[in-house]
Amino acid sequence: MSAILSVEHVGMRFGGLTAIADLHFDVKPGEILSLIGPNGAGKTTAFNIMTGFLKPTTGRVLFEGRDLAKTKPNEIARLGLARTFQRTSVFANDTVLDNVLIGLQRFGEPSLLERLLPTPRALALEKETRARAEAIIDMVGLSARAHEKAGSLSYGEQRLVGFALALAIEPRMLLLDEPVSGMNASETQSFVGLVRKVRDAGVTILLVEHDMPMVMEVSDRIVCLNYGRLIAEGTPAEIRNDAAVIEAYLGKSAAKLDLKEAANA
Amino acid sequence: MTRLIAPLFLVVFALVPLWLNDPYLMNALIITGIFTICAMSLNLLLGYTGQLSLGHVAFFGIGAYVSALTALGFDVSLPFGLRITHEGGSPLLGFVLAILITGVTGYLIGRLSFRVRGAYFVIVTISFAEVVRLVALNWVELTQGPLALTSIPNMTLPLPGLGDLTLRTKMQNYYLVLGVAVLSYLVVARLVASRFGRAMRGLKENESLALSLGVNATRTLTIAATVSAAMAGAAGSLYAHYIRIIDPDVFLFSYTVTMVIMVVAGGKGSLAGPLVGGLIFGLLPVALRPVMAPEAQWIVYGGILIAILFVMPNGIVPALANLTARRRPASLTKTPETPAEAGAQS
Repeated sequence: MSAILSVEHVGMRFGGLTAIADLHFDVKPGEILSLIGPNGAGKTTAFNIMTGFLKPTTGRVLFEGRDLAKTKPNEIARLGLARTFQRTSVFANDTVLDNVLIGLQRFGEPSLLERLLPTPRALALEKETRARAEAIIDMVGLSARAHEKAGSLSYGEQRLVGFALALAIEPRMLLLDEPVSGMNASETQSFVGLVRKVRDAGVTILLVEHDMPMVMEVSDRIVCLNYGRLIAEGTPAEIRNDAAVIEAYLGKSAAKLDLKEAANA
Repeated sequence: MTRLIAPLFLVVFALVPLWLNDPYLMNALIITGIFTICAMSLNLLLGYTGQLSLGHVAFFGIGAYVSALTALGFDVSLPFGLRITHEGGSPLLGFVLAILITGVTGYLIGRLSFRVRGAYFVIVTISFAEVVRLVALNWVELTQGPLALTSIPNMTLPLPGLGDLTLRTKMQNYYLVLGVAVLSYLVVARLVASRFGRAMRGLKENESLALSLGVNATRTLTIAATVSAAMAGAAGSLYAHYIRIIDPDVFLFSYTVTMVIMVVAGGKGSLAGPLVGGLIFGLLPVALRPVMAPEAQWIVYGGILIAILFVMPNGIVPALANLTARRRPASLTKTPETPAEAGAQS
């Protein structure tokens, strides 16, 4: 099975700072892959490179076999690669419905005349777009909030709006940057269900998340980064027992201790 | 309630010439109308994309000159022995050309300057307006420079079956301006409500997020600049054929400032804002003139502007909209909590 997204030896330096030294992994179609690593490991930088907000210093990113080196963020979105942002990112002054409508703006390209005149086709298109927006809002469970300003929603709900926005562009692959931060346990649990539902609809998912129980539960495969390098790759079970991963998260002595304990047991 | 402002304005102002005979006041209303069209066009850029064009008067002036020169004709020699002679044509053709040429100009300015936005756009537009003013002042062969273009014919409308109608009276010109104003309003209203309008709003509120959703920033802003410039050009053409004399002073910076004041005081980013702002600051000088000395007029003008923005920082129309929204019963703005939602919040 060929990869939907390939990160090929990507390096990113900001002046003297190396954010990513050499990152290399593939995402297979239809899987949920998680990218984990301590703070500052380069996860968000990797996200920004994959979605065109940053251009890598070395290496390249391929989406469905297409090199993204010269592709702008908005063009990448149109290719079917969507993302959410780590910090809450919604159009705060608009209602939830209007938010999703902005996300849907790429659908249908009416002529300039149709933009100016309420022709039957333009009106039908408008109605269809609205129905679509309502369906997406219903899917993420925010129907009751559809007419409230996105900025007035709770933190967890705003994350759902961000997720709905990314779904609105009907992506084939979705990059989620810490989607459940700011959510409580029950919200996280229903979000996991939502992510699975989206994956079952055929959308490949790449997840960056610090909530380890959530990552372990939802991922098919996990890639672990530290200091801009890939240190481990495997199933959740393999990652949980990987010495390098434990060391990255808990420090060297802790890792030794852990191993000693493992040996003693 | 703010939705009703525009239709209300239309009804009231459609009836004004029926009872108002004072030519001085009619003139003031026509000029105010023309500047209100400019304010609406500026609002499309400033209010909906957040980009401040401080050279908006350039489009207005280019529209005026293009329309006047199309109607009057010209004869200029260019480098390499080229010579362009134009006999003079119908003012309506001038009106159409004014819209097209300012539209193209707006497109070019947008393309050039939207790579770098914000302050850079402001500087580019100011410089552009100043360059155009200098050209109008110094290219005497084409524009007559400070001697002004005179005897510009009034606007002529071909009426099917009735021949041409030349709009000579104030009342005719009044209705022409009102008609163009209504069209401009509808263009802006329709654009803003379309998915193109959503793209503009998205870019203004959160550019990274909008980009991640596939919004093409350069294209969206360029279209807004093109439409905005073309509308200002149309207003310039109306001005030229109404006043019938134009000189490089149509590029005065203070006209741009007037437009900005109309938009900001009325409420940028609201459809009715430029209408309200345009009316107040278009007619305020007329209202103040009989009651005080010229020096005092501008002090009062400034004082009123400051007072409006002090009480209503977002402008008059958004303040009114807030007021009516607050008065509405809470049940309309808040949906009752469903069990599912209550569960999600626990």
